Amino acid sequence: MNILYDERLDGELAPTDKAEVLADLQRSAPGLTLLHREEDLRPFECDGLAAYRVLPMLVALPETLEQVETLMKRCRALGVPVVTRGAGTGLSGGALPLEQGVLLVMSRFNRILDVDPDARIARLQPGVRNLAISEAAAPYGLYYAPDPSSQIACSIGGNVAENAGGVHCLKYGLTVHNVMKVEVITIEGERMTLGSEALDAPGLDLLALFTGSEGMLGVVTEITVKLLPKPETAKVLMASFDDVEKAGRAVGDIIAAGIIPGGLEMMDKLAIRAAEDFVKAGYPVEAEAILLCELDGVEADVDDDCATVRTVLEKAGATDIRQARDEAERALFWAGRKNAFPAVGRMSPDYYCMDGTIPRRELPRVLKGIAELSEAYGLRVANVFHAGDGNMHPLILFDANREGELEQAEAFGGKILELCVEAGGSITGEHGVGREKINQMCAQFAPSELTVFHAVKAAFDPGRLLNPGKNIPTLARCAEFGAMHVHNNELPHPELPRF
Amino acid sequence: MAETRPTSTDQDISEALGERVRRAAEAGTPLRIVGGDTKAFYGRPVEGETLSTREHRGITSYDPVELIVSVRAGTRLAELEAALAEQGQMLGCEPPYFGANATVGGMVATGLSGPRRPWAGSVRDFVLGIRLITQDGQQQRFGGEVMKNVAGYDLSRLMVGAQGTLGLVTEVSLKVLPRPGARHSLRLEMPRAEAMARLAEWGRSPLPLTAAAWHEGALHLRLEGGPSSVAATRERLGGDDLDDSFWEALREQRLGFFSRDDARPLWRLSLPHNTPSLDLPGVAEADLLYDWGGTQRWLRSDLDADILREACARAGGHATCLGAREGAGQADPFMPLEPVVEKYHRALKAQLDPKGIFNPGRLYAAI
Ligand SMILES: Cc1cc2nc3c(=O)[nH]c(=O)nc-3n(C[C@H](O)[C@H](O)[C@H](O)COP(=O)(O)OP(=O)(O)OC[C@H]3O[C@@H](n4cnc5c(N)ncnc54)[C@H](O)[C@@H]3O)c2cc1C
Repeated sequence: MNILYDERLDGELAPTDKAEVLADLQRSAPGLTLLHREEDLRPFECDGLAAYRVLPMLVALPETLEQVETLMKRCRALGVPVVTRGAGTGLSGGALPLEQGVLLVMSRFNRILDVDPDARIARLQPGVRNLAISEAAAPYGLYYAPDPSSQIACSIGGNVAENAGGVHCLKYGLTVHNVMKVEVITIEGERMTLGSEALDAPGLDLLALFTGSEGMLGVVTEITVKLLPKPETAKVLMASFDDVEKAGRAVGDIIAAGIIPGGLEMMDKLAIRAAEDFVKAGYPVEAEAILLCELDGVEADVDDDCATVRTVLEKAGATDIRQARDEAERALFWAGRKNAFPAVGRMSPDYYCMDGTIPRRELPRVLKGIAELSEAYGLRVANVFHAGDGNMHPLILFDANREGELEQAEAFGGKILELCVEAGGSITGEHGVGREKINQMCAQFAPSELTVFHAVKAAFDPGRLLNPGKNIPTLARCAEFGAMHVHNNELPHPELPRF
Repeated sequence: MAETRPTSTDQDISEALGERVRRAAEAGTPLRIVGGDTKAFYGRPVEGETLSTREHRGITSYDPVELIVSVRAGTRLAELEAALAEQGQMLGCEPPYFGANATVGGMVATGLSGPRRPWAGSVRDFVLGIRLITQDGQQQRFGGEVMKNVAGYDLSRLMVGAQGTLGLVTEVSLKVLPRPGARHSLRLEMPRAEAMARLAEWGRSPLPLTAAAWHEGALHLRLEGGPSSVAATRERLGGDDLDDSFWEALREQRLGFFSRDDARPLWRLSLPHNTPSLDLPGVAEADLLYDWGGTQRWLRSDLDADILREACARAGGHATCLGAREGAGQADPFMPLEPVVEKYHRALKAQLDPKGIFNPGRLYAAI
């Protein structure tokens, strides 16, 4: 795929003149930091999907809402596209700049405006790091639940735009379940409030619509999130299996026992070995698969649940079950999982990460399918995933320097996504469509459904100036790439840890 | 294994519904969409040809292990809940019925949730996917039967509470929850201020609370969770035993407070956690019932709508008037929107329903 904006397939853009736009913005938004020299623009040319690089025409780093307003109004008037960027950790090229567009970087809005322990909410500027929220809430015994593995770096604004998930989604929900209110600036430069500090707001649920909209509908300038009381206790069980499919089935068995674990993660042999080599988490390197099952809540219940889960795991054929003895060992069990991707990255020159989701019951079948494909393509695959909610992150290992291997990896990845969609799943569970999966959208949605998406877009941004070329493909693009066959010509980046 | 539970009354009439919508759009005929027609009081009256979803019914797939059920809009809520209960599961949002004929479509369209809402989530929090008939009569699918899905805009959750103004929801996929292992309801005599202070304090600790309502000098609590924690918390809090049916009576507005003998309009105030008393003029303590730990307050009052709404807005919330139920119809049910927000409501309506055929005016005059 050509990562560059293609007017033929992505829609026409008005011609823009860099010098003119720069002069206009300098004049109309005094004090606004604007970068325009190549060496200054360079650091912003990609997000976490580092294989996709485009130099933006200009980078704007506003510090006040008035600057954002003015910027939007001027860009609207001049017909200049605006791509919003948070921390730039996105893995689908959502914040990939446009050659003829302004990159609006929200990182200077990095203040925690208020933590209200009695109302259990926090009010944040969009550039606040995800982890910083829980840190600020910790003195009150509270925390912010969604915990993407990138939480030390990613911004809450980006989380809202991607509807980010984490390892605790099944029990505590995604970003959409934990955000109460957002302030938005539209492409017209208007301010509006969506949602409420109360548990609902009058009118349509535009807050839900904006969550996960990848910067296509407006710029999020403030976020109010819900804080939860920290669970009294959390315990983690690690179960080993001599067969991946058995582990997959055990996941369903735990849920069937009426238990919703705080976290339920799975790794296969290759991932286990990589993680163990890297982190020394005490993982059983002989196992074909492990399950990590965290149970949290009130002490007495957690003890009961641990006993139940243990029985379930035994019945499911676990060859070994260990409960972390203490906090230190619990942290170590998780460290292995959380570092699995960089660990895999050490084993292979390149790897390619997928983000498909499937109904949980399909796990054994899809895993089997992936194993067969791995055989057929002659490429190894390490499986690490949020098993509890069916979000798979298979990592295809390859060496881009070897003739044809990249193409093989791409074809393999496409087959995995096909398998997910066929199994009733989705092409993306948490990383978003961005630029990366724009063609795969054609496989998941019918033209009439894409038309509904376009209608939604037109209600908020009729001139298609916000993040054009991302998230929702045009019908023209689908006509060209609409076949089920997916070509991800992106280069995976080995130095990039992906969870 | 996927378990499909066909019942004798299962029926798929989506094709006919699509045709009906297509014809309505062609002729510019407004449609008044109804399921069980149990929640007409919640919204403005709609003038239009009645389109009933009742014949489009049945659970299309239910796999308890998956924690996901897909169900057609015309299915009776009672039928769905019974099917879930059989498998030891439930709807986390505890939706109110307001009549035996309440349908799943009505639950989704109104987005009304019951006493468990602050702890478990609202209807929209449990919606994973929908099937929708859009203004051109086309059958569309958004979201799906997976827990996580960020492909495209979240049309599924947008439809929750949209009251059928953007399209005809024909099927919905919902996340369901296991029923709690233990339950105990109790009643503690205490003044309101103390009750609110206690709730704020408990809110910061992991107590197995799933409902909290205060009225006439008593705090009513429901504990749900593992047997051990419920027993321990029961021990700790003491109080008098309360029959669990209290929560259903509260949810269905059958408590004395909601009595129709009171001619004053019924208001629903939605407020942030820990909002102090609004000190509304002429409002006595007995005119108020606090639900959702104080974030949903029911009020019986003749107070001017603007004064009331202002007070709620100042506190960060809003007020809904259910007075129209007896035809009193003094205030618009829903709080007016901020001008910019309203502008985008209109824009979205114009895009998704350009002919204005879907429940026009149900939410707001222009939507
Ligand atoms: C090591 C690693 C691990 C990761 N683990 C996870 C994980 O576990 N779960 C998960 O969900 N994701 C994960 N991610 C992906 C990524 O961190 C998330 O998508 C995150 O939400 C992106 O936040 P950001 O601030 O970096 O956004 P960016 O990458 O800057 O932007 C992402 C998108 O949001 C838009 N955007 C950003 N800010 C705003 C705003 N203020 N208003 C409007 N639109 C905006 C952008 O236009 C873009 O479309 C991981 C990434 C890495 C590198």
